[in-house]
Amino acid sequence: MSSILMSVLVLGVTGLFVGLALFAVARKFSVDENPKVKQIEDMLPGANCGGCGYPGCAGFAKACVNSDSMDGLMCTVCDKEVMQRIADLTGHSIDSVSKRTALVRCNGSCENRPSLNRYDGARSCAAAALQNGGETGCSYGCIGFGDCVSVCGFDAIHMNPETGLPAVDQEKCTGCGLCAGKCPKNILEIANIKDSRNRRVYVSCVSRDKGPIAKNACKVACIGCGKCVSACAYDAIAVENSLAYVDQDKCRLCRKCESACPQHSIIALNFTQRTDVLPSSIQQNE
Amino acid sequence: MSSRTFSTGGIHPDAKKLTSAKAIEPALLPEQAVFPLSQHIGAPSVPCVNKGDKVLVGTLIAKPAGQMSACIHSSVSGTVARIDSVTDSSGQRRPAIFIDVEGDEWEPSIDRSDSLVVNVNMAKDVIIDRIRDAGIVGMGGACFPTHVKLCPPSGCKIDTLIINAVECEPYLTADHSLMLDSPDQIIVGIRILMKTLDVESAVIGIEENKADAIELLRGKVRMVSGIEVMPLAMKYPQGGEKQLIEAVTGRRVPPPPALPASVGCVVVNVGTAFAVYEAVAKNKPLIERVVTVTGDSVSNPCNLKVRLGTSVGRLIDQAGGLPQDTSKIIAGGPMMGRPLLGTDVPVVKGTSGVLILSGKLAARKEERNCIRCAKCVEACPMGLEPYKIATAGELGNWNVAEESWVMSCIECGCCQSTCPSRRPLLDWVRLAKNNVGRIIRERQSGK
Repeated sequence: MSSILMSVLVLGVTGLFVGLALFAVARKFSVDENPKVKQIEDMLPGANCGGCGYPGCAGFAKACVNSDSMDGLMCTVCDKEVMQRIADLTGHSIDSVSKRTALVRCNGSCENRPSLNRYDGARSCAAAALQNGGETGCSYGCIGFGDCVSVCGFDAIHMNPETGLPAVDQEKCTGCGLCAGKCPKNILEIANIKDSRNRRVYVSCVSRDKGPIAKNACKVACIGCGKCVSACAYDAIAVENSLAYVDQDKCRLCRKCESACPQHSIIALNFTQRTDVLPSSIQQNE
Repeated sequence: MSSRTFSTGGIHPDAKKLTSAKAIEPALLPEQAVFPLSQHIGAPSVPCVNKGDKVLVGTLIAKPAGQMSACIHSSVSGTVARIDSVTDSSGQRRPAIFIDVEGDEWEPSIDRSDSLVVNVNMAKDVIIDRIRDAGIVGMGGACFPTHVKLCPPSGCKIDTLIINAVECEPYLTADHSLMLDSPDQIIVGIRILMKTLDVESAVIGIEENKADAIELLRGKVRMVSGIEVMPLAMKYPQGGEKQLIEAVTGRRVPPPPALPASVGCVVVNVGTAFAVYEAVAKNKPLIERVVTVTGDSVSNPCNLKVRLGTSVGRLIDQAGGLPQDTSKIIAGGPMMGRPLLGTDVPVVKGTSGVLILSGKLAARKEERNCIRCAKCVEACPMGLEPYKIATAGELGNWNVAEESWVMSCIECGCCQSTCPSRRPLLDWVRLAKNNVGRIIRERQSGK
């Protein structure tokens, strides 16, 4: 009986002393963390996507608290309201926060861009891009193994089985840019959204091959003819290395370039069907 | 006593040398020759001709861009049609010079006689300059500029020149046929290289399956001091630089960035030795090479002496045309060669063979999960763990790949060919090696 009592007593007293020692140490070495960091972290989505450029949401929250202004700090996933609340909490102001989404700049579907050979190696765009220029005559376009899909943390990009190209769900896309960083062909562009319907006009091609080669490889390849440049009234389009590029920040969504493009490589996204823009109106403008 | 070979890993693929008994035939002149500007490791050459210029056989058409680069000479006479891009054996579209062929006129400075020049009395610097001006690169396939190899870093004492006549890739017989065709020229070439490197001994490493070449060369070197012919047991990848050094001398090259020169060896391909002879003794730049055109269903597999820039399709026509059941055309051998995207691809300095595989042989089987059998570890000639590096490559764990010595990988493909689950190990390892190499370069330039 006494041995039981003894062991309880020894354990109890040891426990008490160790507990007191731990309490003292915790007090002495405690780290004061700004409570705002925790508050901001709770507002953030917690996806840890890295789209802001900081290591996870905690890193971004810390950066918000420690910096003097909100310049360069932007959670690509949150909407403007959340960013405003974060700014209010830290006492900074934000001028303009615009949401971004990803654009797929390749329209080389199976039909537009026929396969000339078959790659049977590792099922990864990055591995295939090392091996050769791809299965079609175009060595710039989408390879189609979906490296971008595997990296998306928001379920916002999927391979379209009919076209063999990735399709971005504009509702879910947060513009974090992970897919664009993963694509070995750099076909994905992350651009600021322009209006509430996220309407866009862009060149859906990245081929820098010369006109005849590009045209041979793909029916909807940009051949760098420059008709879109002369059609654009806002100086938003430039042609470099046989490839046109629409500056999303300058574009005013007039869609004149779309109808001017002989290759149909300029795409207007999220517009309602419109019948009043005819090729004749373009000719008048020119 | 069994013959020497390297100790770690290696496999024994079916040799299938269909063309080993065949003499070298001249290939037909092309109608248009195409010269990609990247035919070597290092910076692409810079064109020094313009559209419409007349060129002769041996005219310099592109100059090296820096030390690690090489000259390119026209292999045909005619007019420069355009400077454009072409899909080369890497599968990428790259800049190239196109020349329309008119007749066959050679630069007068080239000695085209058949007479053998035995004694070359030139200073070391003059020889190296000639080799550089002739645009010679490693002709086994790696295309490392030879003049760079002949100037080992200071502090490395070279004592042995190893001539790589192993040709361990199945199907290929370009080096074998060259040894049977021009043994005297090769030996003069080796003596020129020995003089340049200031070494007393050279070893020609040949695999045992080339008994006729071993006998022929042994007879020729009997009267020459310092050159030895060493038969080696058959094992792939014995033609790898590090494997050959171990097989011949027993020395092991430390992991990268160490060079073979750090163990006192320089390895030169036998085709390169021949090209050195032609450049130094005959003043002939590197404008043609031996290419094996082969494959099980090819009607007339052959060894052709081809002007560089000729399209692969033309060689296949000469070998009896493209078989009906072709499913893959490979530049090089079946283990390390690169699949081509078409028959318009031009022959370049490193093209040792054109291999045509029919449906059954070419198709990769369905991939299954790794069963941890460690056959790839056993097969790896560099003593690496391919399954581990491949998984790291698949998941993008570049630091794991780097810690697993991915940069030591010689991309021989032993792992992939032994894998019972048919995993594309080499594809993933290549991806990892590419990324780790980029990270290392960034780190070095950042410092």
